Amino acid sequence: MVVLSKIATNDRHGENSPYFDGWKAYDMNPYHPTKNRDGVIQMGLAENQLCFDLSEDWIRKNPKASICTAEGVDEFKNIAIFQDYHGLPEFRQAVASFMGRVRGGRVKFDPERIVMSGGATGANELIMFCLADPGDAFLVPSPYYPAFDRDLGWRTGVQIVPVHCDSSNGFLITKAALEAAYEKAQEDNINIKGLLIANPSNPLGTVLDRDTLKSLVSFVNEKNIHLVCDEIYAATLFSTPNFVSISEIMQEMEYCNPDLIHIVYSLSKDMGLPGFRVGIVYSYNDTVVSCGRKMSSFGLVSSQTQHLLAAMLSDEEFVGNYLEQSSKRLEKRHNAFTKGLAKAGITCLKSNAGLFVWMDLRRLLKEQTLEAEMALWRVIINEVKVNVSPGSSFHCSEPGWFRVCFANMDDETVEVALQRINAFVRQEKDGNNKAQGKRTKCLPKKLQLSFSFRRYDEGLMSPHIMSPHSPHVPLSPLVRART
Amino acid sequence: MRLIVPLQGVVQGRGGLILGSLIPCALFYFFQLYVKRHRSPKSGSNHISPSQSSPNLAELQRSSSRSNLSSRGSIGRVQVSSRASSIAKPNDSPYYIGLDKVSEDAYDRFDNPDGVIQLGLSENRLCFDLIEKWFSENLKDSVIGSDGGDLSISGIAAYQPLDGLMELKVAMAGFMSQVMGPAVSFDPLQMVLTCGATPAIEILCFCLADPGNAFLVPTPYYSGFDRDVRWRTGVELIPVHCRNTDNFIISITSLDQAFNQARKRGVKVRGILLSNPGNPVGNLLPRETLDDILYFSQEKNIHIILDEIYAGSVYGTEEHVSMAELLDSDDIDKTRIHMVYGLSKDLALPGFRVGVIYSFNDTVLVAAKRLARFSSISAPTQRLLTSMLSDTRFTLTYINTSKKRIRKMHDLFVAGLKQLGIECATSSAGFYCWANMSKLIPSYSEKGELELWEMLLNIGKINVTPGSAFHCIEPGWFRCCFTTLSEEDIPIVIEGIRKVAETCKSSS
Repeated sequence: MVVLSKIATNDRHGENSPYFDGWKAYDMNPYHPTKNRDGVIQMGLAENQLCFDLSEDWIRKNPKASICTAEGVDEFKNIAIFQDYHGLPEFRQAVASFMGRVRGGRVKFDPERIVMSGGATGANELIMFCLADPGDAFLVPSPYYPAFDRDLGWRTGVQIVPVHCDSSNGFLITKAALEAAYEKAQEDNINIKGLLIANPSNPLGTVLDRDTLKSLVSFVNEKNIHLVCDEIYAATLFSTPNFVSISEIMQEMEYCNPDLIHIVYSLSKDMGLPGFRVGIVYSYNDTVVSCGRKMSSFGLVSSQTQHLLAAMLSDEEFVGNYLEQSSKRLEKRHNAFTKGLAKAGITCLKSNAGLFVWMDLRRLLKEQTLEAEMALWRVIINEVKVNVSPGSSFHCSEPGWFRVCFANMDDETVEVALQRINAFVRQEKDGNNKAQGKRTKCLPKKLQLSFSFRRYDEGLMSPHIMSPHSPHVPLSPLVRART
Repeated sequence: MRLIVPLQGVVQGRGGLILGSLIPCALFYFFQLYVKRHRSPKSGSNHISPSQSSPNLAELQRSSSRSNLSSRGSIGRVQVSSRASSIAKPNDSPYYIGLDKVSEDAYDRFDNPDGVIQLGLSENRLCFDLIEKWFSENLKDSVIGSDGGDLSISGIAAYQPLDGLMELKVAMAGFMSQVMGPAVSFDPLQMVLTCGATPAIEILCFCLADPGNAFLVPTPYYSGFDRDVRWRTGVELIPVHCRNTDNFIISITSLDQAFNQARKRGVKVRGILLSNPGNPVGNLLPRETLDDILYFSQEKNIHIILDEIYAGSVYGTEEHVSMAELLDSDDIDKTRIHMVYGLSKDLALPGFRVGVIYSFNDTVLVAAKRLARFSSISAPTQRLLTSMLSDTRFTLTYINTSKKRIRKMHDLFVAGLKQLGIECATSSAGFYCWANMSKLIPSYSEKGELELWEMLLNIGKINVTPGSAFHCIEPGWFRCCFTTLSEEDIPIVIEGIRKVAETCKSSS
């Protein structure tokens, strides 16, 4: 038998986590409004589908931006041969100006510092390759996006040291918690290279206030470690308080070493274009820009896409309208969803950004333990037939929280989801013994799915397969049969 | 940390040995330890801002977002990763310096006849008319098609399988069969698509080797392998030198030697990395050699990565044998064979970033699929290429026409060099010829070769790539890419080389 690498054979890809088990349940039995009303509703995918019509409209009205149209084909030759890892200058210019726009024009971004990568996934990995050696560690406040374990550490060998936040203070990051985590790491001989934060937060949907950001900047300057800010949800803000970018803080603080500050960005959430694979690393550190740019060869954005986006993102009128509409629609959807949950007596963490809510189901737990959370989650997947993501997969230290995505479906589906959740909560409340007894029998001990068609199984492991209304032809024969 | 040992107690003898000296020493020692631990860990001397001493100042302007910041202070230089420090340095390879020179002073027949002619870029610019024609006959209203349904924006904007759309894999499998000859067919289920052949190679290396392991690679080899295999994986590349006397074809003896030498050093060789057709030589590996390498890999229980990215650009009469063809036999363990392909060369679409990993090893496929998330192809490009590659009549015409045109340029160019007494290695594929200019170099060494390269750049006004950039063991060889030229440019190039040849003759 020929030998393979540790990376190929270990499970640091993280796809054995329960976060992805829910996806399997969805892919086996996806909800469809007409063809499969009993299917599982996908609420585990943080995708922004609310403004597709705006992007589609722009693309149709601007055929020159597409090189496969009569108006645009003149540019074809130049675009097809352009593989310079600096990226098209007009693309970088447009992205820099878009990023500034998202931050209300309060900061200007330098196109020379824009480095491309394969989606935010690639951007997070790239910045780790630039900042840390195998065995080094980054502090990451929890709860955090589950795929960070893979994106930050799988190939890079970097460890994550979680800094636990809990509901006692609304999941705020405190200086004390950071200091404690840092000290403990020192004691354990772990070399902390930096701090990585997501602002706005996934899964919380909250933004960091100015004072917290300033204290984070002081913290990293004091320890002389890096600060990576994942700002990919920056434009999903739909109500106050305002979003404050780390770039603004840098301008305001008298003392801050710019070589420590790096931003990760993407168009996957703000513009709802995850399929385009546009990831951006923006660093104030010249060495990192230079290294990152050369490494971007492993994740360059297609020149065709760069060309299209250069035109789209520099259309100021379109961008202004898009950001405004997106914000409005997200607010409407968020409010409808949280009101619906409130009717069922479910509260969520107060949030003003993101494509999800952080739902509090602690009172539905049999006991405040991880096992009880998992048990509840299995019920939600199998009985309520809604794929939500359990807090433990986000490394939340407090059981009972669930992330629920609301922006990847239409209004009717949201209604159906709310009805199901409402019904479930009522049943739990009533303490219907018969129903409970029946249900307990059906509860599978483990959410393990086994197939004989192994390739299908592997294909499912990718978390980003389909959203309910994607017309994309499904990969698996089983799903094809249903839709 | 200096240990200050209070000697007074010992010297004066007050308090005896314990009270007078040992205890104060111990206390003082622990005090210094305490101070050291609670000092800022990386404080150094009062340093100038690290950015000022960055080697890349020339590249970056100071941005306005930094102008308000004062970053002086007592904090020392912040550490980036060890690989970042070396990668960030300006590239001093003649390959890159030559490219820069051309972009500063590019030849143009009318606007800049004294500029530098580009022969350093392995790109095929001979057939854009064919692709433009295809576009004009297959135009869409936009990148998302003229009506809703399958081609609406949610089809391309939403998350896709990160290892590529099945429709594109199917179309790609068909295209690869066209390219590599009728005897081979490719299974879309054994494919992982990546944004270019560059990440394809890197992903395979991450799957097949651990840090500290090595791959054997015949020289001269594509210099990009140094980046793709080594930069982030920690895997080593061990060159196995080939010579003109063997037509730069690898021999099993030298592979065996290199394998054993590595083993003696304690380095585990995990596989062989081959290019077929070869870059920079443009030669094809004969069937027997491929067979021998297959059995060698079986004997040593190692992998083979076959980069066949120029397979569709074979213009000579020799046959290109794809590795896939040799795997029909039952006694070969296919799980060690992995291929890399892409559209940057054969279809001349490097900007679109389309690469292929093709493997017969299920575990590698699973791992590569997961790793492809870092290097996925942009969805609009996938849709466009699915259309293009599914038009098999077009692709067949394109491949055949491209081969003819490359052949024509090759023959003209090689003939022109021959007039100057410069011979080229036998090449049947690729966009370049491998020219032996050793007669012209001032000294038979890498230094001499670089001197000649500079003369060709500055006097001859042509940018070719010296063999040392490809780790060639024999000085004097140069890769000359002719597919970015037009026929009218060739005499000018030859004239430039002649000028340099005269200069060399007169100075010797």
